[in-house]
Amino acid sequence: MIPGGRARRALLWLAVHATAVAVGLMFLAPLAFMLLTAVMTDRQALSGDLWPRGWHFANFTEVFSGDMVRWTVNSTLYAGLSTLFMLVSSVPVAYALARFRFRGRNLALVAVISAMMLPPQVTMVPLYIVWARFELTGTLWPLIIPQLFGDAFSIFLLRQFLVTIPREYADAARVDGCGELRTMLRVVLPMARPALAAVALFQFFYCWNDYFRPLVYADPDHWTLAIGVATFRAAHHVEWNLTMAATLLTILPVLVVFFLAQRVFIQGVTLTGVKG
Amino acid sequence: MASGSLRLPLPGTRGGTAAARARRRRRLRTLAFLSPWLAGFGLFFVYPLAATVYFSFTRYNLFTLEYVGLDNYTYLLHDRDAWTAMRNTLWLVAVLVPLRVLFGLGVAQLLTRIKRGAGVLRSILYLPYLVPPVSATVAFVFLLNPGTGPFQTVAARLGIPLPDFFNDAAWAKPGLTLLGLWAVGDVMIIMLAALLNVPASLYEAAAIDGAGACARFRHITLPTVSPVLAFSAVTGVIETLQYFTQPMVAGKVASGRADLPGVQYSPGYPDGSTLTFPQWLYDQGFRQFNMGYACVLALVMFATAMAFTVFLLRRFRAFAGEEAQ
Repeated sequence: MIPGGRARRALLWLAVHATAVAVGLMFLAPLAFMLLTAVMTDRQALSGDLWPRGWHFANFTEVFSGDMVRWTVNSTLYAGLSTLFMLVSSVPVAYALARFRFRGRNLALVAVISAMMLPPQVTMVPLYIVWARFELTGTLWPLIIPQLFGDAFSIFLLRQFLVTIPREYADAARVDGCGELRTMLRVVLPMARPALAAVALFQFFYCWNDYFRPLVYADPDHWTLAIGVATFRAAHHVEWNLTMAATLLTILPVLVVFFLAQRVFIQGVTLTGVKG
Repeated sequence: MASGSLRLPLPGTRGGTAAARARRRRRLRTLAFLSPWLAGFGLFFVYPLAATVYFSFTRYNLFTLEYVGLDNYTYLLHDRDAWTAMRNTLWLVAVLVPLRVLFGLGVAQLLTRIKRGAGVLRSILYLPYLVPPVSATVAFVFLLNPGTGPFQTVAARLGIPLPDFFNDAAWAKPGLTLLGLWAVGDVMIIMLAALLNVPASLYEAAAIDGAGACARFRHITLPTVSPVLAFSAVTGVIETLQYFTQPMVAGKVASGRADLPGVQYSPGYPDGSTLTFPQWLYDQGFRQFNMGYACVLALVMFATAMAFTVFLLRRFRAFAGEEAQ
């Protein structure tokens, strides 16, 4: 060791940890200020004050006096049904891509990746025209029904996970006389529970956060939270306190789910990026 | 096997050797498992792409359809808003994507350096990525608002003047960049996983050879994480090409206009500085109902996104099933 190495290391330790604390605080600051503003009176929220004079938690209930309840119901329906449909349709596809050997399998995988990378705006015009023919524009069905036909991102993610499960398990089941469907449902899927949870969460959050597609299709009766919150400020002119309270309420379910399933979630994110 | 393949069984016949029957059963089984995706690929990928090409040669507003040849394409060349949108999108690709990748890598590197509290810090850094984009955007417009925004108050007390981010055409895109950096959690997690995959023995060996921190980063860390860097960069570009929610919401909230009945909002506030390509497509297709022209814009997006996807596929041939034998 070079002389003074200990002092230098201590200094480095201090620098690293000071930076870490500073970065952490900067990342938390927006959320903290949102929370502090959400409990202010509307007058104080406009004053530029940082700390609330009195904690008006009633703001959170006042938010619900408007259309917020309906938006929440719509968002939940959209995200819930989409997730359910996605699982039913995408799991067998991912299973086949990971397990079966057939001609054109690599081509199929390339098609999945291409669809995954395709911006939704590209195909929107013809699809809108089709849904308009069926007189389903104005509702959320044009966003939910397609999930019955598989979701590229989920298929890709599930497939990446399923190829890591040793084939021996499935082979053993087959020797015991299991059909392929039974093998998938009874043997492989229980082992893939973390991956299933991850894609379900991703799908749910994607729909919960989706703004573009409901904006194109939904009429005000079918607005979701995302559209509602974006509109909130215009309807409630300068009431930043209520706007922040509404904003925090849209974050809350996501945070609760995340902290319950943190490991699964992080694993999923890692799986998307690292495999390459 | 070879002799069996000469006798092609007719569809529906129950004949053939046992091996041929098994093969047919396997093929049917594969088809059954793949059927949702095969249908979906046709209905929601192939058909709409073909239709987009067809509609791009027409003037169509949902009620009347007229074949206009290349008119929509020549119009694109003169559409100044489309060029503005393209410039803004390219600005974001050039600034936001590299900053997010580098910042994500930096933060991940920082996380590998600390032991106590690393889990907490990782959660704190990941948290903003989970915040719904609409909510995050509404919040940032408020937080950076002059006069009322807490960040402006803090900066003013520290004697640092902040610009009027979302109302100033010169600062609207930098404002969106700050928002993008706050939500860097996805990149950070991928980078962290890659960094933790670098074997510690490599670093130890290099340290014994007398390599400094910089040399170790350049010769060990960078080469190992470079595939992940490239992956993040390309997916970042594809995401930025679709950048819609944040600029749209920022413009609406900052200008105080929204989709309320009777209120018209033209995207891009202030002065077209936040008009991105997908917003212009949305405006043309679903608000002006220039469906044909919107299809031309969609094809431009498609060509760009596919170019990057092809690059991504080339770069990561490993995607295409090397694991299954």
